[in-house]
Amino acid sequence: MSKTDRKRLLREMIFYRRFEERTFEAYMERKIGGFLHLYSGQEAVATGVLQMVQADRGIGFDYVITGYRDHIHAIKSGAPAREVMAELYGKETGSSKGRGGSMHIFDPSAHFMGGYALVGQPFPLAAGLALACKHQREGRIAVCFLGDGANNQGTFHETMNMASIWKLPVLFVCENNLYAIGTAIERSTAVLDQYQRLGAYKIPASQHSGQDIEIVMEATRSAVTHVRNGNGPYFLEFLTYRYRGHSMSDSGAYRSKEEVTDWMQQDPIQILATRLIHANELTEGELKDLEQEVQNEIDNDIIKFAEESPEPRVEDLTKYVFEDNPDPRWIGPLRAGGEAHG
Amino acid sequence: MAELAYWEALRRAHDEELANDPSVIAMGEDIGVAGGTYKATLGLYEKYGEERIIDTPISENSYTGIGIGASMAGMRPIIEIMSINFALLAMDTLVNAAAKIRYMSGGRAQCPIVMRTPGGTAHQLAAQHSARLEKMFMGVAGLRVVTPSTPLDAYGMLKSAVRCNDPVIFIEHESMYNLKGEVPDEEIFRPLEGAEVVRKGTDITLIGYNYSAHWCIAAANKLAQENIHAEVIDLRSLKPIDRETIRLSIEKTHRVLVAEEDEGPVGVGSEIIAGIIEDCFFALDAQPVRVHAADVPVPYNHRLEKAAIPNAQSVYQGVLKVLGKSE
Repeated sequence: MSKTDRKRLLREMIFYRRFEERTFEAYMERKIGGFLHLYSGQEAVATGVLQMVQADRGIGFDYVITGYRDHIHAIKSGAPAREVMAELYGKETGSSKGRGGSMHIFDPSAHFMGGYALVGQPFPLAAGLALACKHQREGRIAVCFLGDGANNQGTFHETMNMASIWKLPVLFVCENNLYAIGTAIERSTAVLDQYQRLGAYKIPASQHSGQDIEIVMEATRSAVTHVRNGNGPYFLEFLTYRYRGHSMSDSGAYRSKEEVTDWMQQDPIQILATRLIHANELTEGELKDLEQEVQNEIDNDIIKFAEESPEPRVEDLTKYVFEDNPDPRWIGPLRAGGEAHG
Repeated sequence: MAELAYWEALRRAHDEELANDPSVIAMGEDIGVAGGTYKATLGLYEKYGEERIIDTPISENSYTGIGIGASMAGMRPIIEIMSINFALLAMDTLVNAAAKIRYMSGGRAQCPIVMRTPGGTAHQLAAQHSARLEKMFMGVAGLRVVTPSTPLDAYGMLKSAVRCNDPVIFIEHESMYNLKGEVPDEEIFRPLEGAEVVRKGTDITLIGYNYSAHWCIAAANKLAQENIHAEVIDLRSLKPIDRETIRLSIEKTHRVLVAEEDEGPVGVGSEIIAGIIEDCFFALDAQPVRVHAADVPVPYNHRLEKAAIPNAQSVYQGVLKVLGKSE
């Protein structure tokens, strides 16, 4: 990877960290409501995986789908950050026009097919996206991000079975942050190393550190090649950690201070920044400038856009339940004694 | 004009839609090599191949979810669930994903799937193979629910459902697959919205759908011999409900009975009658009557099963009740 690439990825991760921390502040100011699940600490996974997936085909080529911790996956897939922020503010300019909120960011124009708040639900949806990719023969694949907690849902097992027998082009990315909401993985899951569960479905799988973006990218490279070449699914497990609680209503008190501090010593941004500084690709001063630049962009452009955007109109409440203008032949009412429409 | 059985009408609709559009696929248990439990896809595996007629494992929630995911990427899946009872296993993806994807994406994503499934009771299939769950889907914003009662509608509505860009729950009936009826030889589409007055009358409006529409017609025939002229409405669609056709009929007949095969509480009948009270209360000359199944799981024993489920005779007796006559 070139110097500029490494620096750009560092800037992206700083941006994602600051984006999430800024949403925390906006939430405390009651500008963002509902549930808010933050990604701070896990940045290397989405950034590294999607960087590598997009390397040969570009942003918005392949389908991406995930659970409710979805802001960063959406942005890295190509959803404009200001629209993601506006969605968190519930504005009409948001990714889902204020109808979805934090847990339901959508941007089909970037092939980002949504964040879903039912644990494990994206597994089959991802396999379905992959089924369509296989039919359409345009070389696309589907990438499904989910946490370790989702692997205990029936959909995990059902979907892995079908994805395997049908050789669907889907890359499953497990972000194992060791907790399913507030329950530690040791207390919820029989097999702690998630990648080992895939042997039951004859799906190749591997486990890696999720804190070092270069390790994430390297692991993803071979996995994507496997999937894109028509060999069926691949399952990547990354060990990572979320700094904050499961959501804003969770203080994370079930975790020891030592454990959190230990993980913070392996911060993905710190790891890459230190490496660049040691390699003389970056100075401390440039790092500070980068952080300032990102902060300015988020405050002066992204937050401003979200705050100044209009609310959805109440008159539009029932829009988007069904299609706006369906073909009257198959939707239009059949009145009393009406004839069939041809 | 050909006379087709209900299953043949479904099969023809499948065949035409598969031929028309390469993005149409069918998926479900036993629908491919085995030809489908109710033969709705008979011979299509041989014609269209395993990529388009997909035999799934017995994993309802996830294969329905796979259909939903595929539909978001441009496919038009027809998902068969062998019995509506098993649709409960797919309720999560149907209710939490299919029904909501358009809305929670602000109209940016859509989910054009059809979930076909038989509801109702056949003969002694007992509690876990005799459910009538239409009310559960009716309560969900974002799902269309249709219940064709004739081969013509089975054919024309399935074709419309496949081309509709909203998720459609397409409820058939265990006891109707061999029912015969005329279907035009040329390609037609039947609307997914709108009830139909299938028999004109002046004395009372009988409202049914799917199998219960047939009970209403049979009861109306018997009543006609007694000089009671019942108007029969086949609802065809349970979501949305065509309240206008119901209102127009009741303003003419001033009496109404709703027949459903489901348990009564929280059912189609409750919803229809609530709508009638709102729309045309002052047009009523008598209290509305509901004919519905007993509030029990469907029993195995044939006498108990018969006692639990209504039929044409129950509709006939219900009419006498509305009219204040005893049999």
